[in-house]
Amino acid sequence: MSQDIYVIIEHLRGQVADISYVMLAAARALANANGGKVIAVLLGHAVQPLASDLAADRVLYMEHPAFADFSSDAHQRALERLIKEHAPRAVLFGDTTMGGDVAPWLSAHLTLSLVSSCRALRVEDNALKFVSQICGGKLMAEGDLPGPTALVLMVPGGFKPEQGRSTQPPELTHIDAPALEDLRVTVKEYIEPAVGDVDIAREPVLVSIGRGIQNHDNVELAEELAKALGGVVCGSRPVIDQNWLPTTRLVGKSGKAVKPKLYLALGISGAPEHVEAIGDCEMIVAINTDTTAPIFDIAKYGAQIDMLDLLPVLTEQVAQAKG
Amino acid sequence: MNIVVPIKLVPDLVEELVIDANGARLDPTVLRLKLNEFDDHAIEQAILLKEKGAGQVTVVAPDVDGADDALYTAAAKGADRLIKLTGNWQSGVNNHALARAFANLVKTLRPEVILTGVQAHNDLDGAVGPQLAEHLGMPYVGYVSGVAVCDGKVEVRKEFPGGLIAEMEVVLPAVLGIQAAEKPPRYVPISKVRQTMKTAAIEKFPAAELEAGGAPTAIRLFQPPAGARAIMIEGDADAVATRLVEIFKERGVL
Amino acid sequence: MSYDMIKSVIVFLALLIAGGVFGLRAYRLLWVNLRRGQPSPGILGNWIERVKGVLVYVAGQLRLFRFLAPGTAHFFMFWGFLFLALTILQAIAEGLFAFAIPDFRLPLIGYLGPLALAQDSFALFVIVAVSYALYLRIFVNPERYKGSHKSQGVMVLAFVFTIMLSLLVMNGIKINLRQDALADWRPVSMIVGKLFAKLNQGTQQVVGEIAYWIHLGVVLVFLTELPEGKHFHIVTSIPAVFLRDLDPPGRLPPAPEFSGKMGVSAVEQFRWRQMLDFYTCTECGRCQEVCPAYASGLPISPKLLMMNLRENLTARGAARRARASAAAQAVLAKSLIPDVITEQVLWSCATCYACDQECPLFVQRVKPIVDLRRYLVSEGRVDETLQETLAKLGRYGNSFGQSERQRAKWAQTMQPKIKDARREPVEYLWFVGDYASYSPSVTNITRKTAEVFQRAGLNFGILYEGERNSGNDVRRVGEEGLYAALVEKNVEALNKSTFTTIVTTDPHSYNTLKNEYPEMTNAKWQMPNSVLHYAELLDRLITSGKMKFTKKLDYAVTYHDPCYLGRYNGVYDAPRRVIEATGCTLVEMPRHGDRALCCGAGGGRIWMEEGAVKERASESRVREAAALDAISVLVTACPKDITMFRDAVKTTGNAERIFVKDLIELVSEALS
Repeated sequence: MSQDIYVIIEHLRGQVADISYVMLAAARALANANGGKVIAVLLGHAVQPLASDLAADRVLYMEHPAFADFSSDAHQRALERLIKEHAPRAVLFGDTTMGGDVAPWLSAHLTLSLVSSCRALRVEDNALKFVSQICGGKLMAEGDLPGPTALVLMVPGGFKPEQGRSTQPPELTHIDAPALEDLRVTVKEYIEPAVGDVDIAREPVLVSIGRGIQNHDNVELAEELAKALGGVVCGSRPVIDQNWLPTTRLVGKSGKAVKPKLYLALGISGAPEHVEAIGDCEMIVAINTDTTAPIFDIAKYGAQIDMLDLLPVLTEQVAQAKG
Repeated sequence: MNIVVPIKLVPDLVEELVIDANGARLDPTVLRLKLNEFDDHAIEQAILLKEKGAGQVTVVAPDVDGADDALYTAAAKGADRLIKLTGNWQSGVNNHALARAFANLVKTLRPEVILTGVQAHNDLDGAVGPQLAEHLGMPYVGYVSGVAVCDGKVEVRKEFPGGLIAEMEVVLPAVLGIQAAEKPPRYVPISKVRQTMKTAAIEKFPAAELEAGGAPTAIRLFQPPAGARAIMIEGDADAVATRLVEIFKERGVL
Repeated sequence: MSYDMIKSVIVFLALLIAGGVFGLRAYRLLWVNLRRGQPSPGILGNWIERVKGVLVYVAGQLRLFRFLAPGTAHFFMFWGFLFLALTILQAIAEGLFAFAIPDFRLPLIGYLGPLALAQDSFALFVIVAVSYALYLRIFVNPERYKGSHKSQGVMVLAFVFTIMLSLLVMNGIKINLRQDALADWRPVSMIVGKLFAKLNQGTQQVVGEIAYWIHLGVVLVFLTELPEGKHFHIVTSIPAVFLRDLDPPGRLPPAPEFSGKMGVSAVEQFRWRQMLDFYTCTECGRCQEVCPAYASGLPISPKLLMMNLRENLTARGAARRARASAAAQAVLAKSLIPDVITEQVLWSCATCYACDQECPLFVQRVKPIVDLRRYLVSEGRVDETLQETLAKLGRYGNSFGQSERQRAKWAQTMQPKIKDARREPVEYLWFVGDYASYSPSVTNITRKTAEVFQRAGLNFGILYEGERNSGNDVRRVGEEGLYAALVEKNVEALNKSTFTTIVTTDPHSYNTLKNEYPEMTNAKWQMPNSVLHYAELLDRLITSGKMKFTKKLDYAVTYHDPCYLGRYNGVYDAPRRVIEATGCTLVEMPRHGDRALCCGAGGGRIWMEEGAVKERASESRVREAAALDAISVLVTACPKDITMFRDAVKTTGNAERIFVKDLIELVSEALS
């Protein structure tokens, strides 16, 4: 058993996801405290180039054509052996649509403990601690990171991705992939998000709507405000699920991460899967009738008021201010 | 086709969450449980599959407050069989124990497809679905928003970050973690639920000793300080709008 | 064979054929088709009220005068028809007996001079009225006629016109030929006769005979056509008004159930009395004219709804007779929803009752709409917004989806503390309602209400978290099971409490507590002697001198009648007296009292997707208020109105011009 902290690098179609850097930053904090190393694990097909800016002491990479697409089956098999053999102190996964398919399976298979929704890891009195955010962000749960090897599903928010980037290319070690024939889970094809729509990741002003919008007709009110502000409308999961906005406008775990100058969160409670995608916004302004909504924890400004009361008034005042 | 939907109940976030005196768990006397939203989608997806072809839908829930309601509502929507896992759930239970208990029962049901909510807001030890898949030796795909069955396989749509969707093929039997059913869960009128309560039966299956191993222990629960960082703007809509316009100007948005 | 003989035979045969056709058609519609309907309990009894109704609304045509000019025209046509039916009888008898008795006159009736004068004058009145009606239909063509059978309407008016004209020609020539003993009693005919005076006697006789045949021919053709449309009301109106629904409009009948599903999914599932309504609709479009949903551009017309139901009932009746044909099978295979009536039509209705209130013949639309909605709900066919609200109501007992523990959160700051009626006896049990309890923009008004009650020294209390949504609009959405569950919970809390009177904030709660709860609870629970809306309570306090104002308000206001207070429960005067007692001057909007325009929120509309509208009812209403020069305040007495109008003053750009106030705010101001 080692004190090393392993980070399973998440990447999709040739790009390392931000959560990977967040995890590297978290791993570094732990490793510094307990004297272990930060080891990044990269599974993929022709994946070496992705390792260049990972702030890890070492990168273990495993290449196989079966890793070209994400298959939970392939990842489970590959990591099962690796974790068993290396027995690190902790293995960090992104609490994402990929990591979430793999880590719980490994936990059951290897009888290793698993912590999910983990926002922060730290060392206190020589003990590793986790802090997870649960119940839609309304509760934090704190505890000791179980041993000997803990699997951790991490959400963003506790660490900045920049801290996990490095200009120094890390040491690369190739390891063999296990047999990956007869995969029971395979990708047939990808369905690209609708093209031609605006890219909310690049917009400087976002008017974002959540459940508080109440019905489809009210989306128009948000559109008007966005128009006055020179921005676009985006939304959280409930709004997209109702088809009130196209999928391309989804901010959150399975949508996009955004970083506008202004993020106006209207009637959004701030569930973790949404919050994790707006961590890089320059300024968040939250409007919600519920003062306990977690969105107020990360917003710069807030107001407890019904967004539907505010929208027409604000649109008018913005229009006036522009003259 | 035989479909099993294991569901769980989670704290209703509409109600105030009260932490008990020990500080490590929610006060069960104040707690009100409700069906996990994603499990509701899993039930809907199962019934949609049933409606597309012949099949039987069995819904399985731990015997906690609100389980009867959730099961009868599922039956009113079209579920054929309702099973309650009886056991010592009072002290609260983690997903590791739940997954093992589900596995013991589901093995006896021999399903082709198991649909369950991809996550729940109170998951602290990972989702139930992939663990259940491991216990049953089945493949797992989560974050699924569309399921079609075709001879021995299912085609599912899995969501990736950024709006990318992959069409994947999964060999049956399999466990699928449902993010969203193809259609939003249907409405069942109360009268139908009440009628179902009279006609449908809930079977009981004793869960073996619950094994909680594999889950972390929360030592402390706490509420993040509300509004700690946001500067709150007071007043009515006009006042808030005026202040916001000032802020927008300061920040060069306007 | 002589001409007279032939005349008798032809008249006899024509009468037989026309009578037979009419009889067969009427039999099929009113007997065969109506018998397919469901039993109609409660249409008997209360005979005095029923006879009075026929006298006032059929003989007196009272509701028709709400549209003054067309109503007056109809009044003359109606009475003209009654008087002139005797002349038709005369014409028929004259023809029938032509072979035996030349110049036959009806016994008694044919000898009454004043009657002859009345008939003669009515013939003229009818001609004038019909000409006006033709002008209205052809040239003015008001919006209310849109969708009605225009050519049929014009044709029937032309029939009546011809019948009248031919009568005058007939009579005029008789006078010329000195065959009329009552000539002096028929001045109009005499003038018409003068037009033919120059012709020789023989020609005049021929013209007279032609006029006779035209007269009788058109009468009989009209008779055969009568069951084929809107003019069938000539037959059905008296039974329809006589057998009208005498339940309060705010009391819905229990949900019908067919093979385990609630509500109505086929036209035969309506009660036969409702079917009679379908056949009674005159397509006059008064309902369409006053419908706020129609005016706002939603896909509903209460008139077309009736016409479609009628058409479907008739078509299905005919198809059953021709069961074998493919066309008939196609008709029978059509589903009522959405093939005949779309879901959008049904969900557009705000159940404001303006249509039913306006209908001269008491045809009901709101109740059938709810029956159809009940079916949609039983099938789960509700829009997502509504579904979400129903789920919230089911789980938390309020439409806001908030914890029931938060229901009395608004009262936390009240000093002294408001009594919990479940724990200590009170005189007034205040049923606060969802909007007043939860809506952040309304709760300050709720606190003001409590303050006013406290100042008046009322011994009152609330149910705290024991209260649930009253269910009024849940029921009108068609979710009968949820309604029953809410009633159960509320009654449970009410039963725990000791009180003498319930007072409500929301007219919607008021309606169901007053009109429906006693029935729903099967007499297990007796309602206290009264349920009051707070406007009524204030009115009583003021009139009895228990509440005295310290300040006289000196501004002018207008008042919006909430549908469930005004039209549904007839509370028009109490709020007006309260307004005047505060010192405010009341200026009425053009549409006020039972003509008040609905804000568009009722019947669950506030919980649904709005759909494509041209102008929201609430906006139209605010503009109506803003058009009154003298006033700057729009007063209402319903929290949903407050919500709708406060929004509408903003969206119409009237935020500076009109202030929306609750009645209680005026009272509170006048008390301070």
